[in-house]
Amino acid sequence: MHIDYSQEAPAVAGRLTLSQIEELVARPLDTKPDRKYFIALSISGSLLLLGAICLGISFYYGIGLWGNNQPVGWAVPIVNFVFWVGIGHAGTLISAILFLLRQKWRTGIARFAEAMTIFAVICAGIFPVIHTGRPWLAGYLLPYPNQHSLWVNFTSPLLWDVFAVSTYFTVSLVFWYIGLIPDFATLRDRTTSKVKKTIYSIFSLGWRHSSRHWQHYEKAYMLLAGFATPLVLSVHTIVSFDFAVSILPGWHTTIFPPYFVAGAIFSGFAMVVTVLVFVRKIFNLENIITLDHLEKMNKVILATGMMVGYAYGMEFFIAWYSGVQAEQFVFINRAFGPYAWAYWIMVSCNVIFPQLFWFRKFRRSIPVMFVIVILVNVGMWFERFVITVTSLHRDFLPSSWGYYKPTFFDMGILLGSFGLFFTLVILFTKSLPVVSISEVKAVADGAQPTHRGGHHE
Amino acid sequence: MNKNLYGFAALFKTPDEIIEAAKKTAEAGYQKYDIHSPYPVHGIDRAMKLKASKLGFITLVFGLTGSAIALLLMYWTMSVDYPMIIGGKPFFALPAFVPITFELTVLLATLATVIGMITFFFRFPENDHPLHDTEYMKKVSCDHYGLVIEAKDKLFNETKVRELLNSLRPLSIEEIYYPEKETYPVLETKFVTFLILIALLTSGVTYFALNKLLYMQPFTWMMDQPKLNPQKQSTLFADGYGMRAPVKGTVARGFLPYPFTGQNAPTDVLLNPYLPTKENLQLGEQKYLTFCSPCHGNFGDGDSRLRGQFPNPPSLHSTRAREFSDGMIYHIITNGQNVMPSYASQITREERWAIVNYIRVLQRAKNAKSSDLQVVNKETGTNASN
Ligand code: HEC
Repeated sequence: MHIDYSQEAPAVAGRLTLSQIEELVARPLDTKPDRKYFIALSISGSLLLLGAICLGISFYYGIGLWGNNQPVGWAVPIVNFVFWVGIGHAGTLISAILFLLRQKWRTGIARFAEAMTIFAVICAGIFPVIHTGRPWLAGYLLPYPNQHSLWVNFTSPLLWDVFAVSTYFTVSLVFWYIGLIPDFATLRDRTTSKVKKTIYSIFSLGWRHSSRHWQHYEKAYMLLAGFATPLVLSVHTIVSFDFAVSILPGWHTTIFPPYFVAGAIFSGFAMVVTVLVFVRKIFNLENIITLDHLEKMNKVILATGMMVGYAYGMEFFIAWYSGVQAEQFVFINRAFGPYAWAYWIMVSCNVIFPQLFWFRKFRRSIPVMFVIVILVNVGMWFERFVITVTSLHRDFLPSSWGYYKPTFFDMGILLGSFGLFFTLVILFTKSLPVVSISEVKAVADGAQPTHRGGHHE
Repeated sequence: MNKNLYGFAALFKTPDEIIEAAKKTAEAGYQKYDIHSPYPVHGIDRAMKLKASKLGFITLVFGLTGSAIALLLMYWTMSVDYPMIIGGKPFFALPAFVPITFELTVLLATLATVIGMITFFFRFPENDHPLHDTEYMKKVSCDHYGLVIEAKDKLFNETKVRELLNSLRPLSIEEIYYPEKETYPVLETKFVTFLILIALLTSGVTYFALNKLLYMQPFTWMMDQPKLNPQKQSTLFADGYGMRAPVKGTVARGFLPYPFTGQNAPTDVLLNPYLPTKENLQLGEQKYLTFCSPCHGNFGDGDSRLRGQFPNPPSLHSTRAREFSDGMIYHIITNGQNVMPSYASQITREERWAIVNYIRVLQRAKNAKSSDLQVVNKETGTNASN
């Protein structure tokens, strides 16, 4: 097959006009949800309910219902936390980093990815708050003047997390909302329903597509992208500090920050592809979220997967090269000890299967990519499991070694977080434009001036 | 109907036309005009001769404020208000403060940029702008490009503006008017009732949460725990007592039997194992003042502070008391004597001997001989007899 690499593929396929783009994106908002929608919603809602019940019971009877106990004091709750924060990172990467890199193809997927960031961070935020079993006391995490005249410990990575995750959530939300303002205005001007119009008017703040506003708007968007980029790197760096700043063999490694960031992008892209495969089909957005976009995402998955694989290898190398016996023991135990099954699930899902993406045919095949990204999601959950549990379960005192098993409640809460995530995603697809209307219009064919007669530097 | 003109609006179909229109309008010297497009059109700023956005200054100022707040807060709490050594780090551990400084910088900078842009640069929310709900707005919201010249402009002249717009060959020209004054139905009974209902609901929920909910399981601050408290009943044991007696023959840690009772002075057996060193005497003084002085007085004179509520003890400086062996005094502390109770449970063995040593010091001080004075003089280098 002959491909012309000198010509960039159009960001919007099918030569859609501006009003067709708008029509396509806004259609799910104008039509009534069908049966399939309710079936999907009821499945995710049931999972959410299961999680809520498990949580309620855990709060009432105490977190002794969970599997974590000496020597594995940190287990599934933090695994889930890191997993979900990681999922979130793809959104910011797509919306901020690819924006700064002037990647036009990001426009079709940015809105959705940003929404997934927000939902994923909500899911992640649950775990630190619940893991004490007393979520209503979470206010103590914030530094405020109090009658004990005590302050939080600003040198603790766990407190850095509080600041990093809450900043990340706020900034992502603001960034997302800023992107939505022009779309709210467009929806306001096309809707015929009075209620909807009121809602859209409120959220559009009275936006009127003025060029004098667009000028500041673009500036703000760029500034925000500029902040979100180091922010997203800092968040997973700080999450990795939760482990790396401790002095436990298996956690105390300097490679953690870049390794975690790569893993986060890896898992996040996998999750975005997982969801987009359905969304583009169900809402007929194949021309806006094209196969080219998916292929590009698969390339990112391949690249970050290799980085993660490199980190796996490097950890073993350093364990050997450092000559620290405890470190060596942890890694040999990781790959060949009681949790070897989890380790090899992780390696095969994250490093081996994504290698199929070297082939263009597989990168562009929806079924193949769907299977691979699901495996990557599984693998990345296991990565966090392996890091957390295998480093703890055989500590320095062989008499206290143990084998950690998550309980029904642990798993129920994990499923509940998936339920929450997909419920939010499903509600989102029907209540907000899943693709940024104004951004896609801007990259459509013929949307920008040709500057005939003029000059454009 | 007297309508108030806002301006003239012209619609265009292509981005090239709108760039052209913007250029021409700017060249004609108009100030109060605007271009509307469904997305930012490249090069429109230059065509309109707009100055670069000053938004970045807000970002800079608030970003730096964020860093300063973070650093000052951490410095003050960790080094001034409640200094505490954590992980061997200095009180002002700059590397450990970097993450939070960064996060607060980003947080403040983004929030300020966005809020500043919306309120200060855009003056939003503004849903009552005359352009809203016009045909023109509907078009530029979707796939048209529009130019509006406001009637407020100094150069505004209906015929001239029409001429200019016509020369640009637009799709259509629309006259936009200010909306008639809207009334705000804030004081309607419906709205007021709504407010009152909300107020009632909020107070109800707050009352319930603070006075009831907080005392229910599991919000009880761990007040209720599945464990046995002293004096509580228990169904676990046959006798129904929660508290258990130790197994027969249990010996407490450090227990030594003390076989002597009553007046039987075990003088020859009980020998003082501690020398009157400085530390020992200080300990003795401290314990004496705590346990003995209320009755025996600070110097052992028997000048009780109990004001007759308890029989005054005899002086410890009597010949009788001075002739007591160390073991006898130890025995009196351990066992009590007549109305004086036993102090065995409050004072450890070592402390008891230290008190004995201290009483010896008191006794010696109250019965000093003139030869003692010479020793003191020698040691202090003065002549006390002067
Ligand atoms: C509650 C008051 C009280 C306290 C406290 C108390 N004593 Fe006594 N003590 C008495 C009384 C009253 C007597 C006289 C008992 C009697 O009638 O034989 C006495 C008698 C004595 C005697 C015997 C004096 C003698 O001439 O028979 C000695 C020695 C003595 N106390 C030492 C101590 C020492 C040492 C302590 C501190 C550990 C102490 N007492 C604390 C009330 C007290």
